[in-house]
Parts: sequence; structure tokens; C-alpha cells
Amino acid sequence: MGELAAFTILSALMLVPAVIVVTSRNIVRSALSLVPTFLGVTGFYIMLHAEYVAGIQVLIYAGAITVLILFVIMLTEGGSGTMVRQVTGQVPLGAMAAIWLAFLILVTLSRTTWPVARGELPSYSVQAIGTAFLTNYVLIFEVTSLVLLISLVGAIVIARREE
Amino acid sequence: MAVGLTHYLVISTILFCLGLFGVLTRRNAVAILMGIELMLNAGNINLVAFNRYVAPGAVSGQVFALVVITLAACEAAVGLALVMAAYRGLETIHVDEINLMKW
Repeated sequence: MGELAAFTILSALMLVPAVIVVTSRNIVRSALSLVPTFLGVTGFYIMLHAEYVAGIQVLIYAGAITVLILFVIMLTEGGSGTMVRQVTGQVPLGAMAAIWLAFLILVTLSRTTWPVARGELPSYSVQAIGTAFLTNYVLIFEVTSLVLLISLVGAIVIARREE
Repeated sequence: MAVGLTHYLVISTILFCLGLFGVLTRRNAVAILMGIELMLNAGNINLVAFNRYVAPGAVSGQVFALVVITLAACEAAVGLALVMAAYRGLETIHVDEINLMKW
């Protein structure tokens, strides 16, 4: 019962700010509403016994990405005023596409039975994650580090002022 | 009633579709990136929930979720750098006004 209550509260905490993110006229409010959404997702991770992913989620999403987005909003003035029209002319079409996709996925979900397995996660999963990264998933690990390096260089090169 | 896999999948579906709505309807390029972040979060919830309920002995879903979080950070950095470059060159970040290559 307590689990269901926590799930309901976290869902509301996540979805209400998400609606604000996609509909608010004030873009700074949109960006700040990302924080409770990400924290709700963090609560989901904790409920799913993925504590390490939850910590990384807080660090990277709620910390880094939100601040990065706010910086870019502040640096690109003129696009972010509340007097500026913030939506394209595709609102009915976009709403139709989103609702249609949600309907399709929900119908598919209701017709599928998942092979749910009983069993417990390892109580301390950080060690298991580290071992998995350096044994079975070492190629993914290396390629991800390469992508990080490339995006670092790429972001600097793209955002640099040309002489 | 215990919380099952389907609960998480339904919530992540709603979150994904909200993100899709934001991507399709927003004019500001930064707001479009926010929609993409919402969609990536929905995908991550799916990965971790499937790991918990379908394969509880392994950590593959959490590993993939971590990789997706890393790539989302890369995508945000490069995307926002592109927004900055577009703003410097074109004086706008509204995607319906950036039509330099439109025939």
C-alpha cells in the first residue's frame, strides 16, 4: 500500500511539471520545471532499487543539464520573452500525434504479457554495475568515452566565436 | 495492489508523449531540447523497470540507462552549442525562422 502511495505521489510530482515544461509560455519556468520532473524519475529509480542510477540522475540531469539549459536561455535573449509566441502552428497536429502514439502504446501494453521473473536484485548493485562495465560491456564503455571526448571537442569548436 | 511493471510503463509512455508534444510544437530550439530530455528520461525508466521486473539477477538495464544518461549529456552539450552558433549567425533561435537551407 505504501509503495502504491509513493508511486502515485512520484508520478504526480513528475507529470505535472512535465506538462508545464511543454506548455509554459515562460521558457525559464519550463527549464526550472525540468528539475522536479528529473527528481520524480530519481524517485522511480530508488523504488526500482537502482540507487546508483538515481545518484547519477541527480548529478547529471538535475544538476548539470538544467544549469546548461538555463545558461543558454540567458545567453540567447530575444527568443525567451513571455511576449514572444512560443509555439509553432502545429499544436493541433502535434497533440494529435502525441495522443495517437500514447493510445497505440497503451493498447499494445494492455495486450502484452511480460515474462516477469521473481527474484531480488543484488542488494549492493554498484559493484555489479562496475564489474559489468569492465567485463561484458567494456566495448560500450570505451565507445561511450570516445563519444564523450568527441562531443566535448565538438561543442567547443561549434560554440567558439570565429575570428 | 502492488506496483508492477505495467505501472511504470504507463507513466513512462505518458512522459514520452509529453516530450514528443513539446518537440513537435515548440518554436524555441532550447525548448525542443528539453522535450528530447523528457523522452530520454522516459526511455530510461523503461530500461530500469525492465531490469527490475524481467531480469532481476542482472544489471544490464542499469548499465544501458547509465550509457543513455551519458549520451544525453553529450547531446545536450552539442545541441546547445549548435543553438549558440545559430543565434550568433542568424540572431534567432526560433526553428521556424531558421530556413536558410529551405528551397
